Amino acid sequence: MTAAGGFAVGMAALDRLMPMHLCLSGTGAVLSAGPTLAKIAGAPLAGGAFFDLFEIRQPGGIATPGDLARRAGARLYLNLRAVPETGLRGLAMPLQGGGPEGGGQENGGLILNLSFGIDLAQAVRDHALTDTDFAATDLAVELLYLVEAKSAVMAELRDLNRRLQGARIAAEEQAQTDTLTGLYNRRAMDRIMAEVAAKATPFGLMHVDLDYFKQVNDTLGHAAGDHVLREVARALRAETRTGDMLARVGGDEFVIMFPGLTDPAAMEVIARRMIDRLSRPIPYRDRDCSISASIGMTASTLYDAPDPDRMLADADRALYVAKRGGRAGVAMHRPKARGG
Amino acid sequence: MHGLVNRSIQCFLRDTYGPGCWAAVARAAGVGPGGFETMLHYDDALTGAMLDAAAGQLRRPREAVLEDLGIYLISHPGPEFLRRLLRFGGVGFADFLHSLEDLPERGRLAVPDLDLPELKLAEQAGPGRYDLICRGGPPGIGHVVAGMLRAMADDYGALALVDHAGATAGEERISIHLLDSRFAAGRPFDLAAGPDPARGSTPEGARG
Repeated sequence: MTAAGGFAVGMAALDRLMPMHLCLSGTGAVLSAGPTLAKIAGAPLAGGAFFDLFEIRQPGGIATPGDLARRAGARLYLNLRAVPETGLRGLAMPLQGGGPEGGGQENGGLILNLSFGIDLAQAVRDHALTDTDFAATDLAVELLYLVEAKSAVMAELRDLNRRLQGARIAAEEQAQTDTLTGLYNRRAMDRIMAEVAAKATPFGLMHVDLDYFKQVNDTLGHAAGDHVLREVARALRAETRTGDMLARVGGDEFVIMFPGLTDPAAMEVIARRMIDRLSRPIPYRDRDCSISASIGMTASTLYDAPDPDRMLADADRALYVAKRGGRAGVAMHRPKARGG
Repeated sequence: MHGLVNRSIQCFLRDTYGPGCWAAVARAAGVGPGGFETMLHYDDALTGAMLDAAAGQLRRPREAVLEDLGIYLISHPGPEFLRRLLRFGGVGFADFLHSLEDLPERGRLAVPDLDLPELKLAEQAGPGRYDLICRGGPPGIGHVVAGMLRAMADDYGALALVDHAGATAGEERISIHLLDSRFAAGRPFDLAAGPDPARGSTPEGARG
């Protein structure tokens, strides 16, 4: 026999070379099936009729051995009828007759070589396949390796992203907080006021400025000043509600926003209470630090279109009015005309 | 150095000698409090400083620490990623040895920016005798590889003598004598035992 005429291959060799092969007779009977194919079928295939055992999904219209022979060389998508969930792909080519007489002549039979489809990993799981179920030349095991390696790397990246996300949130929170008092800083206040104004929630605004703070700093030192600022923050928190926003916006200046509170009389009551509390001496070591505060106020309902910057400027102006009236004063912004 | 390598050393020291040992090594080597991230890159010098600090802390030669690291990478109970990924290389220990030259490429398939040393397996006179040459890795890598090979021989149930046989310029040589490839039962290896891609995630706590 010559190479041009073809070779005969023993069944044992064929099983190793193509553990998922099928040999069909001219009438479509299964003459032999590779061991891996027999393993996933769970029952002997030899002796059965190919079209009873297999369904060819693509290309369409292949229902007889003749159809299959005509599509020799085309890629087939098929599955065992008994295990439709395991997708297979395959290729059918004509067989030549064996022996000296039949050499080189097609005998009407077909040889099919099959492999798993893209759902290889699932097939391996479903049928408990091992390395030896694949031909030594098959990259199927490498594909399994890749699936596993990719899953491991993806899990690492997911974890890394989660940690970075946590770190980012923590950093943002830190960046919004005045580290001395734990209140919001100016940047956070600007952002929150813009959000509240955009939502059209009515709110009151107070600008609190400490009186005599500079004297505490100058006479008792910065440590005493820091202590006083922390105590002031504590006092302001105690005199406000949970949803109110407190920010330290300068050395001894604080801004408080009260969502839902716009009544000038009610705001003044709160402001007076704050000033009373801040006017009590604050003990520091063996000394008492005496400060007080003045407060300028405004409310979003005084404006047709409340603008945070303008409201802050108006509260600041009201603060100066309060200070002009003597220390420990409270003043509300008075618009020249409604909406003005 | 790839974070995977540094993180492996971190986990090895923490799991084997306790968090206190890792903390002392990290302090001595100047590693940040969070340790290493597997998917980031770090200065090579940091890896060297960490290994020196570990050797000092454990009062053991650096080579012995590296070999234990290699054993740990394969045999530490847990997610077994590395052990599994290496077991994909062959059905028996000899088959596995033959697949080692593919290892750097396999590593890159999983993690494209991971640089593994070039490996070359040479059969020596006498049955079951091999030399494995590691080229281009960081100094001492041969000791890690020797530790890994010992652990893999156990994993396959093979009886093999593995020894670091010295280093010359840029090369480290490991001698392997495979005495019995079926000495013991070995650990089972199921192709499909890894994370189920259909579920899309690995079990919680799977990372080292």
